Amino acid sequence: MSLLASLPLYPLLSFLILISFGKRLSWVMASWVSVGAMAAAAFCSMYLVHQLSTSDTSVITAHMWQWFSIGNAKVNVSFYLDALSAVMILVVTGVGFLIHLFAAIYMKSDENFTRFMAYMNLFIVAMLVLVLADNLVLLYLGWEGVGLCSFLLIGFWYQEKSNVLAARKAFIVTRIGDTAMAIGLFLLFKSLASLNIAEINQLAQTTISFTSNSMNAEHSDAYWAALLLLGGALGKSAQLPLQTWLPDAMAGPTPVSALIHAATMVTAGVYLIARMNGVFLMAPEVMNYVAWLGGTTLLIAGVAALAQNDIKRVLAYSTMSQIGYMMLALGAGAWSAGVFHLMTHAFFKALLFLTAGAVILALHHQQDIFKMGGLLKRLPVEATLFLVGLACLIALPGTSGFFSKEAIIASLWSSPTAGPSLWWCAILGALLTSIYSCRLFFLAFLGKARFPENLVISDHIETNKLLRGALFILALLSLFGGLVTVDLSSLFSSYKPSVVSSIDSPSWLHVVAITTPFIGIIFSWFYYRRYRIVTDEPLTVSHSAWIVFCRNGLGFDTLYSRLLIKPYCFIAKLNKNDVFDQILMLIAWYVRIWRDILSVSQSGSLRWFAAAFGLSLVGLICVVIL
Amino acid sequence: MTEIPLTHVLILSSLLFIIGFVGVVVRKNTLFMLMSLEVMLNAVGVAFIGAGSVWQEADGQIMFMLILTLAAAEVAVGLALLIRMQRRYRTLNIDVLNQMKG
Repeated sequence: MSLLASLPLYPLLSFLILISFGKRLSWVMASWVSVGAMAAAAFCSMYLVHQLSTSDTSVITAHMWQWFSIGNAKVNVSFYLDALSAVMILVVTGVGFLIHLFAAIYMKSDENFTRFMAYMNLFIVAMLVLVLADNLVLLYLGWEGVGLCSFLLIGFWYQEKSNVLAARKAFIVTRIGDTAMAIGLFLLFKSLASLNIAEINQLAQTTISFTSNSMNAEHSDAYWAALLLLGGALGKSAQLPLQTWLPDAMAGPTPVSALIHAATMVTAGVYLIARMNGVFLMAPEVMNYVAWLGGTTLLIAGVAALAQNDIKRVLAYSTMSQIGYMMLALGAGAWSAGVFHLMTHAFFKALLFLTAGAVILALHHQQDIFKMGGLLKRLPVEATLFLVGLACLIALPGTSGFFSKEAIIASLWSSPTAGPSLWWCAILGALLTSIYSCRLFFLAFLGKARFPENLVISDHIETNKLLRGALFILALLSLFGGLVTVDLSSLFSSYKPSVVSSIDSPSWLHVVAITTPFIGIIFSWFYYRRYRIVTDEPLTVSHSAWIVFCRNGLGFDTLYSRLLIKPYCFIAKLNKNDVFDQILMLIAWYVRIWRDILSVSQSGSLRWFAAAFGLSLVGLICVVIL
Repeated sequence: MTEIPLTHVLILSSLLFIIGFVGVVVRKNTLFMLMSLEVMLNAVGVAFIGAGSVWQEADGQIMFMLILTLAAAEVAVGLALLIRMQRRYRTLNIDVLNQMKG
């Protein structure tokens, strides 16, 4: 079996071991198995990527077996590794390995430790299947697999009702997108008679019936297919209008937030669109929607992040907004910039989440930033690491976030499917990013310590070199990951010549883009002055209507509750006794009546039987004779 | 020896049979039910003997032998069951045995 085919096997084996032997394994054993499997997978993928870059072919494939066939189209279980999936497997296994390492220590005292690590491993398996799949059905399998693991891990501490509700919400909201995506797959198969990704991308460009409008239809099949695939991507990547599940998903343990809801799974939507670029290129309107949805989401999430109190929710909204940037890049046709940002974002967001996890653990599970403050002196290492992560998030020059975000912003102005207005969106988003990052840092690490005086900062973290090690590697990756140039342009087919516009970008664009974060920092340095200086006057959490509105994610939850959930519950309540069920129950009722009548005759009394026997004999004889 | 007409034999046999049947249905005590069963069997036996003597054939008497044997076997099993019942339920009331109620 080739190395590529065996890549998901390591975490799968580890999952099987952990789930079958469960509590019989000691902490040391369980973490060796799960983290070891991840290390093996990470080394394997590094070797594979090395092999890919040195070999002549730009693709490595591994065919395992045929899953099923529909007509002439075969659906195989086979893997396909090109530059795009290479980036993804590096992120998934590399960042995944570091997060597993962190999680093994972070979750050490949890009584369900093995179950946790098993789910994490299963997630990696599903994610690898997703990114390596060579056809859309296998991709869908991985897609659903990561959704399942996300559900299991958000609700990991299922004893608390809010966690279970958050898990359910995430599952249902992403399911809406998944349904759209499934219909998209059917449509693609109907019009192109293939499910192989490479074939679809090629056929999409050449099949005329796919791209042209049929007689009385307003839009071509390509338009609908791209729109439906976009639906799936929106659900998984928490973009408008299916973004509401992500902030609640922070109910899961912090390593889960880092791995699934920041670094890997939520970027699956970005991966899907980049992967299906052939289809999206044939539908420029949909590309335009992608760009606009990304732009809107990044602004909404940025505003919402400004008003959050929970350190993890700030990061969740910032994830949403960064994915908005990726979507914006994809919509503008800057595929490699989007994927590049996906990679650097995975590094620094994992770093931010894990450092936040370390801080939360040190403060005995305090997540409210208004109850932190002054941590720079108490936890200097964590504070520095967090600062590194934030610098990347803000995209200060020199950090990895800078390279990727600038690449995105630079591509927007002259793109035929984006344009200047979206460029301003991105700039405004960058401004918001730097403001909420500064607010977060000031509140958590500067100013007066607002946690109880007698709180002992637990030195659980202090002693663990291993945990710090994982954080340091991530910090290095965040700082210097941008120096790796990811050139995927050869991979993606470019626009049709007819739609390439000739708008030139003015020269001042770059200056504005680079200075924006600094403007944000200077602004918040003065605006949030009371957050960073040590004063005796207590900080009050604002409860003005506007702030609360922003804190609740700009009212989307309320809107959906009014618009969808309430009417649905109302209808369900009306039909509580299920009218159709009652009709069917008539049959059961009829049968039961007869049962009752007949069972009376079965009295069990011998004398009654004898009497009935004799009398019926007499009756029978009478009938025969007369 | 005066000939007994067949009708008389049949009337006697029917009366005996009905008495036996009513006994089976009415009595609660299992022992008496068994005895009534014997009465019913013998009623049939009377009918066979009477018919045999009217037609001057030995078949009726042979059938009676068979019925006697059957009755003996039946009583053996029945009495064994009675003893088990007495041991287990401390009563011979047949209505106690109604666990097969539907």
